[in-house]
Amino acid sequence: MTSLTAKDKQTVKAFWAKVSGKSEDIGAAAVARMLVVYPQTKTYFSHWQDQSPHSAAARKHGITVMMGVGDAVTKIDDLKEGLRELSELHAFTLRVDPGNFKILSHNILVVMAIMFPIDFTPDVHVSLDKFLAAVSLALAEKYR
Amino acid sequence: MPENSVSADLQTESDKMVEWTDFERNTIQDIFSRIEYDVVGPAALARCLVVYPWTQRYFGGFGNLYNAAAIKGNPMVSKHGTTILNGLERAVKNMDDITNTYAELSVLHSEKLHVDPDNFKLLADCLTIVVAAQLGNEFTGEVQAAFQKFLAVVVSALGRQYR
Repeated sequence: MTSLTAKDKQTVKAFWAKVSGKSEDIGAAAVARMLVVYPQTKTYFSHWQDQSPHSAAARKHGITVMMGVGDAVTKIDDLKEGLRELSELHAFTLRVDPGNFKILSHNILVVMAIMFPIDFTPDVHVSLDKFLAAVSLALAEKYR
Repeated sequence: MPENSVSADLQTESDKMVEWTDFERNTIQDIFSRIEYDVVGPAALARCLVVYPWTQRYFGGFGNLYNAAAIKGNPMVSKHGTTILNGLERAVKNMDDITNTYAELSVLHSEKLHVDPDNFKLLADCLTIVVAAQLGNEFTGEVQAAFQKFLAVVVSALGRQYR
């Protein structure tokens, strides 16, 4: 996959500055959507009492994920090193199949389109898509 | 090119295997009755050409595709975007027989246009994003699931006649 250009990083940072205030809602909406549209992802949450997409557990998880994304924005110049611990967590403890990172990324993009239809231009879309792909790659780094 | 899209890979032998719930049928009819083809089509195609620039390979005769602004303002892109939506409408009107409805279009895309069928999924993802932006909160998870399922069947039908 292609690496982030200076323009990508600038675009991602500027867009994140605009939307980060709604980060909790974005995360909750993305996780809810993922659980509905890709029901196979529910297999990772069999420990939740309430598996419904708008449960407190699902919302909390969305918030956690989006905090991670926000953190990744600050580490955009070295995602591999910056997300090393998170990668270890996903590789050794959570063992989420990396294919699911793409699924969640897609749903984050859909939520951005819904919540920020004017700001989520094609230029922002491509940079954010690349960024989420780079984050996904960094998260999978420690897998094998 | 590695797989870019997350649209479901629907391997169906025939439409007999595609069952639509009432909710799915109604949702698809509703979406297509509400969206403006000459807004959504051009926006989706333009977005695809920007987000997945290698798709520009199929539009060499379209003139200036140099940047997002040029793509957005390009009249050939807009016209083709509308053509695509009109093509999708045929599937909307024949949901129980999409494979046969698209047999000729599939041959066209493979034998004449030589489009890598993986690209259909990229356009489908952009269409999802554009429709989501249009419908806002009404584009619920359930609606998204129905829409993506529909597009997956369309994509599968378009790829059917490739040899």
